[in-house]
Amino acid sequence: MRYQNATAYRFLAPYLLIFAVFWVWPIIDSFMISFQATRTVPWRFAPGFNWGRLIGDPAFFNALKNTLLILVIQVPVMITLAIVMAVLLNSPLLKARGLYRFAFFAPVVVGEVAYSAVFRLMFNLNFGIINKLLNSVGLPSVDWFSNVTPAMALIMIAVTWRWAGYNAIILLAGMQSIPEDVYEAATLDRVSKLKQFFFITLPLLKPVIVFCLVLSIIGTMQLFTEPFLITERGGPGGGTETLGLLLYRQGFRSLNFGYASAVAYTMAGLAIAITLVQLWLTREPK
Amino acid sequence: MSSRSSARLGRSIALHLFLTPLALIWLFPLWMMVVFSTMPDNGIFSPGIELLPHGNFMDNFNNLQRDTDFVGAIGISVSVAVTYTFLSVLLTSMAGWALARYRFFGKGVVVAIILGTITLPYAVVLIPQFIMVARDFKLANTWVALIVPPLFNSLGVLFMRQSFSMMPDDLFDAARVEGVKEWRIFLFVALPLARPMLAALAIILFLASWNNYLWPLLINSQPGSMTAPVALGTLIGLTKVSWGGIMAGAVMLTVPMLIVFVLLQRHFIAGIAAGAVK
Repeated sequence: MRYQNATAYRFLAPYLLIFAVFWVWPIIDSFMISFQATRTVPWRFAPGFNWGRLIGDPAFFNALKNTLLILVIQVPVMITLAIVMAVLLNSPLLKARGLYRFAFFAPVVVGEVAYSAVFRLMFNLNFGIINKLLNSVGLPSVDWFSNVTPAMALIMIAVTWRWAGYNAIILLAGMQSIPEDVYEAATLDRVSKLKQFFFITLPLLKPVIVFCLVLSIIGTMQLFTEPFLITERGGPGGGTETLGLLLYRQGFRSLNFGYASAVAYTMAGLAIAITLVQLWLTREPK
Repeated sequence: MSSRSSARLGRSIALHLFLTPLALIWLFPLWMMVVFSTMPDNGIFSPGIELLPHGNFMDNFNNLQRDTDFVGAIGISVSVAVTYTFLSVLLTSMAGWALARYRFFGKGVVVAIILGTITLPYAVVLIPQFIMVARDFKLANTWVALIVPPLFNSLGVLFMRQSFSMMPDDLFDAARVEGVKEWRIFLFVALPLARPMLAALAIILFLASWNNYLWPLLINSQPGSMTAPVALGTLIGLTKVSWGGIMAGAVMLTVPMLIVFVLLQRHFIAGIAAGAVK
C-alpha cells in the first residue's frame, strides 16, 4: 500500500483542528497558567506562587484525602459489583433477562443532575424514604447530610448506582467474547462453575477489567457533580469536598485560574500515575 | 440425570433469589423519581411512606416552569444535542476512516495521542478552554460554545476506526478501479455500510450532550442560554423551591432517554461496550 498523506489528512483535518484548539493548546496553556499569579492584572510569571501555596494548603489536602478515600473504596466495590452483575446476567439459567438488564443498565442514561436531585430527596433526614424504611425495620435514622462519614457513604452509593451498570455492560461484552468451547472443555473435565470463573473468566477478562478500572479511576478522580449537588458544595464543612470541587471553587468562584490549574495538573499527575501502576501490576508475565 | 437437572433448578432459583432484590434496589431511585414527580410538595415532605404515583405531575410541571424556563431550556438542550451529534458523528467517522484505511506519515503518533487522551482528566483542559471560549472568542452563552469544544472525543474515533478496518478491501478497491473519488467512497460506500456502528455512536454522543453538566454550567450561565440540566441544577439547594417541580424536570430529562434506551438497547450497549472490545 502506498502512502496517501494528502487524502488521509484531509479526512483528519477537522478532527485534528478541534483537537489542537480545544485540547493540545489548553494542555500546554494550563501548565503555563499554573506558574502564574493570576489575580493580578496583568498576570505575572511567578513559578512558586501556586505550587507553593498548594503544598501548604489544608483545603487542598482535605480535597485530596477525600478524593483518594472515595477512590480506594468506591472503585473496587463498584467494579466487583459490576463483575457480579455481568457474570449473573451472562448465566444461561437466567429467565426474563431483558428485565434484569434494564434494571442494571438504566442508570447509564440518567443525567447527573436528575439523579443527584432524587438521591437528595431519598436520603433526606426526616422525610427521606431511606430513613423511613430504616425506621420501619427498627433502625435509627441516619443524618446523611450533616455528618462526614454518612455523607461520604452517600456520595459513594450514588456514584456506584450510576456507574456499576455501565461497567457491567463493558464486562459483559468482554465475557461474551470468550470462546464457548473453553468452558465446554472445562465442564467435560468436571471443573466446577466457581473454579471456571476464577481460573478461566477472570484471567481472560483481565484487560477489560483494567480498562474499566482506568476509566473509573479517571472518572472518580474528577468527581464534581455529586458533591456539588447532593451534599451541597462538598458539605458538611468540606467533608465531601473533592479535587474537582476545589478546582471549580478556585477557578470559577474565586476566578483564581493559576491555582486551579495547579490543582488540575495534580489530578492529571495522579490519574497518570495510578494508570501506570495499574498497567504495570496487570502486565502480561514474560 | 434427574439429580443434575434438579441441581440446575436449585442454581437457577438461587440466581433469581439473589438478582431480583438487587434489580429492585437498582430500579428504586428511578421509580421514586417518577413517584416524587407526581406528588405535591407537602406530600414529599410528609412522614408517611408513599411508594405509588399520585396525580400531581402537571401542577409540579407548572411550578417548575414558574421557577425557571424549563421548556426553553429543553429546547436549547435538544437543538444542541442534535447539532452536536450530527457534527461529531461526521468528524469522528472521517477521522476513524482515515486511521483505518490509509497509510500516511505520522499515523502512529496520531493514534498514540488519541489513546493517551483517554487517561487524561478533562480537568486539565477545562480552565484554558473556558478562558479561550469566554474571554478570547467571546462566545460564552452561545450555542457554539456548547457544541464545538466537546466535539473532540477519543473513544468514538477508535470505535469508528475499528468499524471501518473490519470492512473487506475489495469493496473499496472496486470503486477505486472505476475512478471514484475517495470522499465519494467514504460517503456513499463506507458510511452506509457502517450504519449500525454510526447508530451506536450517535446514541452515545447524543446522550453525552444531553446529560453534559459541568461545561454548560460554566460557559452558559445566563438564564436564557442554559441547557436543561443546568437550569434544573440551579434550583437544587434553593430554599423556596418546588421539589415536586424539580422531580418533574428530572423525569422530563430521564424518561425520554429511558424509552430510547429500551427501543435501541442493542445499539446503546454496542456503543458503550465498544470502548473495551479491541
